[in-house]
Amino acid sequence: MMRFLLLFSRQGKLRLQKWFTPLVERERKKVVRDMTLMVLGRPPRSCNFLHWKDLKVVYKRYASLYFCCGLDDKDNELLALEVLHRYVELLDKYFGNVCELDIIFNFEKAYFILDEFLMGGEVQETSKVTVAKSIEASDMLQETMEEYMSKPAF
Amino acid sequence: MPAVSKGDGMRGLAVFISDIRNCKSKEAEIKRINKELANIRSKFKGDKALDGYSKKKYVCKLLFIFLLGHDIDFGHMEAVNLLSSNKYTEKQIGYLFISVLVNSNSELIRLINNAIKNDLASRNPTFMCLALHCIANVGSREMAEAFAGEIPRILVAGDTMDSVKQSAALCLLRLYKTSPDLVLMGEWTSRVVHLLNDQHMGVVTAAISLITCLSQKNPEEFKTCVSLAVSRLSRIVSSASTDLQDYTYYFVPAPWLSCKLLRLLQCYPPPEDGAVKGRLVECLETILNKAQEPPKSKKVQHSNAKNAILFEAISLIIHYDSEPNLLVRACNQLGQFLQHRETNLRYLALESMCTLASSEFSHEAVKTHIETVISALKTERDVSVRQRAADLLYAMCDRSNAKQIVAEMLSYLETADYSIREEMVLKVAILAEKYAVDYSWYVDTILNLIRIAGDYVSEEVWYRVIQIVINRDDVQGYAAKTVFEALQAPACHENMVKVGGYILGEFGNLIAGDPRSSPLIQFNLLHSKFHLCSVPTRALLLSAYIKFINLFPETKSTIQEVLRSDSQIRNSDVELQQRAVEYLKLSSIASTDVLATVLEEMPPFPERESSILAKLKKKKGPGAVSTELEEGKRDGGELNGGAERGVDAAAAIASNASTPSPSADLLGLRSAPPVGSAAPSASSLLVDVFSEAGPTAPSGVMDDNFLRFVCKNNGVLFENQLLQIGIKSEYRQNLGRMYLFYGNKTSVQFVSFSTSVSCPGELQSELNIQAKQVEPQVEGGAQVQQVINIECLADFLEAPLLNIKFRYGGALQNITLKLPVTINKFFQPTEMSSQDFFQRWKQLNLPQQEAQKIFKAKNAMDSEVLKAKLLGLGTALLENVDPNPENFVCAGVIQTKAQQVGCLLRLEPNAQAQMYRLTLRSSKDTVSRRLCELLSEQF
Repeated sequence: MMRFLLLFSRQGKLRLQKWFTPLVERERKKVVRDMTLMVLGRPPRSCNFLHWKDLKVVYKRYASLYFCCGLDDKDNELLALEVLHRYVELLDKYFGNVCELDIIFNFEKAYFILDEFLMGGEVQETSKVTVAKSIEASDMLQETMEEYMSKPAF
Repeated sequence: MPAVSKGDGMRGLAVFISDIRNCKSKEAEIKRINKELANIRSKFKGDKALDGYSKKKYVCKLLFIFLLGHDIDFGHMEAVNLLSSNKYTEKQIGYLFISVLVNSNSELIRLINNAIKNDLASRNPTFMCLALHCIANVGSREMAEAFAGEIPRILVAGDTMDSVKQSAALCLLRLYKTSPDLVLMGEWTSRVVHLLNDQHMGVVTAAISLITCLSQKNPEEFKTCVSLAVSRLSRIVSSASTDLQDYTYYFVPAPWLSCKLLRLLQCYPPPEDGAVKGRLVECLETILNKAQEPPKSKKVQHSNAKNAILFEAISLIIHYDSEPNLLVRACNQLGQFLQHRETNLRYLALESMCTLASSEFSHEAVKTHIETVISALKTERDVSVRQRAADLLYAMCDRSNAKQIVAEMLSYLETADYSIREEMVLKVAILAEKYAVDYSWYVDTILNLIRIAGDYVSEEVWYRVIQIVINRDDVQGYAAKTVFEALQAPACHENMVKVGGYILGEFGNLIAGDPRSSPLIQFNLLHSKFHLCSVPTRALLLSAYIKFINLFPETKSTIQEVLRSDSQIRNSDVELQQRAVEYLKLSSIASTDVLATVLEEMPPFPERESSILAKLKKKKGPGAVSTELEEGKRDGGELNGGAERGVDAAAAIASNASTPSPSADLLGLRSAPPVGSAAPSASSLLVDVFSEAGPTAPSGVMDDNFLRFVCKNNGVLFENQLLQIGIKSEYRQNLGRMYLFYGNKTSVQFVSFSTSVSCPGELQSELNIQAKQVEPQVEGGAQVQQVINIECLADFLEAPLLNIKFRYGGALQNITLKLPVTINKFFQPTEMSSQDFFQRWKQLNLPQQEAQKIFKAKNAMDSEVLKAKLLGLGTALLENVDPNPENFVCAGVIQTKAQQVGCLLRLEPNAQAQMYRLTLRSSKDTVSRRLCELLSEQF
């Protein structure tokens, strides 16, 4: 199973963090620090896999964002790489040409989409159509544009 | 479509986020955040009730602040309130906040659980999924207690929507992982297995993760999943790339499900049903064939998904380890990947081959790739790939290629990345020791290691070389000569000085005949390094000097001069000063005889497992952690750990006043208590370092003879000047009877004589022992008998302790012994044919069911003696079973009250190398390991 998923920028700014096993805050910070240091320090065209303690680390860069996850020792690295890719595809489908700013300003959406796709560190639904449909369905339950514009700004 | 058009955003939040982004400095950001926190706090505290939207917005802002890395200590209550909102969007943010900022505040958990309960009961699939996600995200024990009963019902209910089923399956998996005791197996379990047949691929994909985890823990109960998984897999593998519609990923049909199916199958041995097995082998062959077909797309996603399945199939083939044909094909496929232009594939091929190298069918095939792997080690640009190459070299190393591999690793070390040097050093040290045929090669290798990577040579490594040199007199002269030469280098590593000091102090005399290395030259060479070294090394050198005085009386005056100098005798370090003073005094007042006794050559170290293995294992070297590493696990601590070395005289002298030094005290000058009391000292001295866990037995337990009774039932268990204890025992099924004979060797009566047998720790529930009382007096020269009845309730590791107390001439004697009751005593021999034997052997193929050890012969390798010992073990010795007549195979069943444990044993002597390989397989991992441990000390 996946232990954690982190999205961080080239400057090492954390954009999204998802923990599938309970860790105390201090340990989380250590993982984040180690991951950003390790991954950002890699020369280009290195392989996408690393070992870190007893975990396998799989990462991939998409434009300015690094997607990085920690896996159990028995997990399949290539497939994890495609989990990252499928997540990017889902974000892309939802936001349309997703960029880092979309994820910054709509971080809660990025979490919701992830929740539709993964649960407890395992893949829940691999079909892009099905995931997109349920995101769409929950969006239907949200406010309309008019409602949005009439809300106070502060 | 721009995000904002979704109409779901919160404007205030967007404004806040862009404010933060516009902050020019960290201080400005903190200021802005504090302002926001104050604002939110006042809103939450205000008397005006907040509407749902505002609550949601502020909770979301808090979440954002938290994710920026700031602490949040309020707002939990507001988030919990959102959970019971009937607006989806508010509920959703509430759940997100709870999932990210779990708080174990029990009051809050109760409220959260309440909200979850309502949503689960709502029958609204969207709400149910939110609630299930929250449980899975938090996954705490309280939640498991509240919902572990409910979720299985949702999972198997006929009317549950597919999406809810998916969430329920993975939610249950999460709870099972945190609190397996709370997820009770029941009627639902059989229905879960049938989810493998579900029409909805998403349901199968989610459910199979749960089934895999449950099968690992309860293989029997979920056995039926094997044939279901095989048929599902076969349907996917044979389907065209378009059949599965949206579950086809870049022209690969259902890669996630395929991999999970292959992983599920790895929880089980190969299917027994011929048809199922045939179908599976067909699938595996198809997957291997597909790898050779031209790709259907140039996209990397296509090849990744396809190869993900291929690697998973190879893992399964390696797991079965029974189809030589498939294993060789897998190995060839990996061989192709070793030279692939994709770095990822080269990396994975190296990693996968590591496991393949430990299979006897494919070890040779893996070895054929040695040149490619060596060139990967030298030329790969990526350090993580180089590291995998080093792991693989370590895994494929055997006697035939050890010299080449060690040489390559050494030369790689010169340029290796700092991050992996220590691990490389350990690996080289282990291989050098394990495959050393001539020990001069071993000494050369380790000294080279210190020369090349001295900083990374941990204490264990150089302790070990000294231990080996001391124990093997054929290499001592060579070691002295080599280390003398190595010390000639103007700059040599401090570890080299340590080894040099120790070895020359012990064996400098072996090279003193050569005028180029006369005693004085040796001394001057060592002393020229003295001032550059740290305190512990200087202390070691001082001890070497005093040994020199004994070895070479002609150096006495020079050395005394050195010891007498102010920099020694008035050194500010108390340990150095003390040594200088004591050694100076010792050298001036003791006669040569006394000196010779006190400074005698170190006695050999007790043979035991190398602690370097343990060290490597601690480092968690991936891939490298193969079976050899497992062997070391239990050793040391239990059987050898308590072994006390005779306290040598030098130790006694040095200890008169010296306090235990924190540094490794090498010349055996251990700070031991006065001779006679046997309490182990805790200072970090050489002998202690080699026992991994330190002595586990209580102090004073004598177990010297314990191992001698593994293969025999009668003999003398203990003897000292006063008392002799003889033993006679017989065993049947799970019962045993032991007669102990206590003989008074003196002419004086023992009074208050009493004995007791105790079972420490877990043993209490594993053995039932009743001992008859003995008379409190034992006349001089007389013998008393005691009967002990033993019942074996369950398999066990430890030995019962026999404590004997009596008064002899007023002094209380207290002796504690390990009673030689070992698990093998409860063996029933089992005769079987060759075919049966190998069939069972293959069935016991889980890695933990096997224990293996390769060890050196301690006695002559006489096959008659071996036979007698194996029969003494209690098993049946099977003739004409092993194709190699030199080997021995045995079979037996261990009878305990709780269960019977079938065991198979194979002992392969290698007369040329004077080594044995011992392999045990049994249905219980602890039994395999314990037997392996016990037996490996017998030959």
